[in-house]
Amino acid sequence: MLKTSLLLAAAALAGAADARTIAVAAGADAQERLQSALIEAQPGDVVKLAAGRFVLTGGLSLDVAGVTVAGAGPAATVLDFTGQKGEGEGLLITSNDVLIRDLGMENPKGNGLKSKGADGISFVNLRVEWTGGPKATNGAYGVYPVSSKHVLIDRVTVKGASDAGIYVGQSDQIVVRNSRAEGNVAGIEIENSYNADVHDNVATNNAGGILVFDLPDLPQQGGHSVRLFRNQVIANNHPNFAAPGNIVAGVPSGTGVMVMANRNVHVTDNDIKDNAGNAVMLVAYTQAFTDKNYNPLPRSIAVRGNRYSGNGAKPAFAGGAEIAAAVGGTLPPVMWDGITGFTVPGGSAATADGGILVNDGPLLNLNLKTHGTPASAAQPSVGAVMATVTLPEPAAVVLPAAQEARAASKLAAR
Amino acid sequence: MRRLSFAAVTALLALGAAPAPLVDSARLADAMPALKLSEYRFFADGRGRVPAPGLTRYTLNTPLFSDYAEKLRYVWLPPGTKATYTAKGVLDFPVGTAIVKSFAFPADFRAPAKDLRIVETRLLVRRASGWVPLSYVWNADGSDAELKRTGARIPVSFIDAAGQRRDLDYAVPNVNQCKQCHQQSGAVTPIGPTAGNLNGGLDGHGASQLLAWAQAGRLDQVPADAPRLARWDDTAAPLAARARAYLDVNCGHCHSPAGFASNSGLYLQHDEVSPAHQGIYKRPVAAGRASGTAEFSIKPGDPDGSILVSRMASIEPGVMMPQFGRTVVHEEGLALLRRYVASLPQ
Repeated sequence: MLKTSLLLAAAALAGAADARTIAVAAGADAQERLQSALIEAQPGDVVKLAAGRFVLTGGLSLDVAGVTVAGAGPAATVLDFTGQKGEGEGLLITSNDVLIRDLGMENPKGNGLKSKGADGISFVNLRVEWTGGPKATNGAYGVYPVSSKHVLIDRVTVKGASDAGIYVGQSDQIVVRNSRAEGNVAGIEIENSYNADVHDNVATNNAGGILVFDLPDLPQQGGHSVRLFRNQVIANNHPNFAAPGNIVAGVPSGTGVMVMANRNVHVTDNDIKDNAGNAVMLVAYTQAFTDKNYNPLPRSIAVRGNRYSGNGAKPAFAGGAEIAAAVGGTLPPVMWDGITGFTVPGGSAATADGGILVNDGPLLNLNLKTHGTPASAAQPSVGAVMATVTLPEPAAVVLPAAQEARAASKLAAR
Repeated sequence: MRRLSFAAVTALLALGAAPAPLVDSARLADAMPALKLSEYRFFADGRGRVPAPGLTRYTLNTPLFSDYAEKLRYVWLPPGTKATYTAKGVLDFPVGTAIVKSFAFPADFRAPAKDLRIVETRLLVRRASGWVPLSYVWNADGSDAELKRTGARIPVSFIDAAGQRRDLDYAVPNVNQCKQCHQQSGAVTPIGPTAGNLNGGLDGHGASQLLAWAQAGRLDQVPADAPRLARWDDTAAPLAARARAYLDVNCGHCHSPAGFASNSGLYLQHDEVSPAHQGIYKRPVAAGRASGTAEFSIKPGDPDGSILVSRMASIEPGVMMPQFGRTVVHEEGLALLRRYVASLPQ
């Protein structure tokens, strides 16, 4: 059976010149055999993991370009890191044009799958899960491309991450689609990134569903051009179980979509339901900062054409209940902190270089005006639809055709 | 070629009291790595204890902590070549250079010269295409070491300096891990032999190794103002200089703008000027649960409130820093950093 499937797999790959299939089965010494395959692989090769549970003792890494690592399915091939003794991730990828597909990963001690500095990285049909349920002791990120370019995350499920299930940091040209984030602190987080399309995903039972953040003091900042569309953002009411020092520890349980800082973010055509706090929250960076090049404001943000129901009944953030009471008991779909100005550290005052356009009324505006004003000084007001004009949408992210074709190709005989 | 080398050795042995064989520079130049360390003939005794002629032993003012392993460091330059001085970063070594570092554990650290067990010897070989990392694990009887590309865990026991028995799973890095620490902007590079870290006496005594190398014709020049990295354990040196030297060597290879942890924005070079990049009142980015209850990488005056300190104090994967290269806490290094953080003005 195994032999047959390997033969078929080899036949399916015959088109790629000189590409080999390196078969690895579960069993004794899985760590060394699998790591060895990942080291010995040549560009174009497929490292094919048989169905079974690979019991691993340390993190794995891949540093060869053009390699595909394929399992027999996210339930059938399981990389089990429950006994991980070292390293900060389950599988680290540092090479270009890598495709990881059709496998599951359980209980990595740190992050699940991480790519650093990769151009062309695809995560397809994967499952990363902390099987003990949401816990503060779970690893941080399920799927974690950082400082990468041309990132594809498609049909990935992440459950139980103590930070973000799917986290894309300091990257460019990103597609996150058809994926599911459940029972994490943050479901999907796009941070300090450029040109991201996040669509047709499900984020549910996280503390926060989908976050778009920009943070100071980093090599890549000034996050911009992010589209969130056709997502299901449902009942993200899990208690926030992040470590207190963690930036996502500040995400109130019950948040559907949160945009912090960033420019040119469009939230459209999503179903946002049953989140106890804000369906959509637009806020400035919440902390003091010393980075002169950092802009803490959300600007050129469009929220329109989303469908809302059952949100805002029980906000968990400080002062939320009072604000809700003041505006009739339930928070409106979109809340904005109303901060439009900040002081450049050591410099002069600056204002937002683009507006907040919320066509999904009504909008709750906290009218805090200036960065650093405490939330207790909020003067909440509820307005009707605040703008009828629309900002031009960011262009669709188009990944290289070869990357898409490879991700869509069927490896024969799972 | 291997057969030739063997013949050469046999010929020498036949002569009786022959001089020790020289490093096999041709074998070293071969892009195909030797499967056995002995093929390169770095050691006159074949057992990793007596260097072959041409190897220069060196020590660093502040070394990387590796589970308390003793390190025997050598550099071998092709005959007639010399390194070129650079004030920043590692010295510029000529093509053909081999940096040889053995990791060893004495049975009892109260008598470190006795019963030394050499576990692993790592090479960085400079080829025309760049530096190549190779790791060799010594066999049980210490007669040779074999190339190991996939890493390994080796049980090690010793009595520590305080007389306590220690058992640990010493980790040999795999080739990807070698590259992870040794890369700057994607290219593999040595870490230790910088001008600053070599600017001190061998074993901490006597004239600067830079001067010694220059006098021996192995270094082209030494300017009078060559930088000097503090010794982390030099109690006469300023606390900040010691702590920042420690962070530079133990963390700065990844935590630099060109290193593996560039995305963290935490840069631990001893000469980083930005307080935020040094970690002072810097909030974590992607530390995840490793931030624990602390809000800042370094909270001046508050070691317990500093993520940098708690990650140094951890041995839990996903929390500990460095992420690999140690399996136990470096108590003395941790104590130094605690004192340093406590000393910083709030």
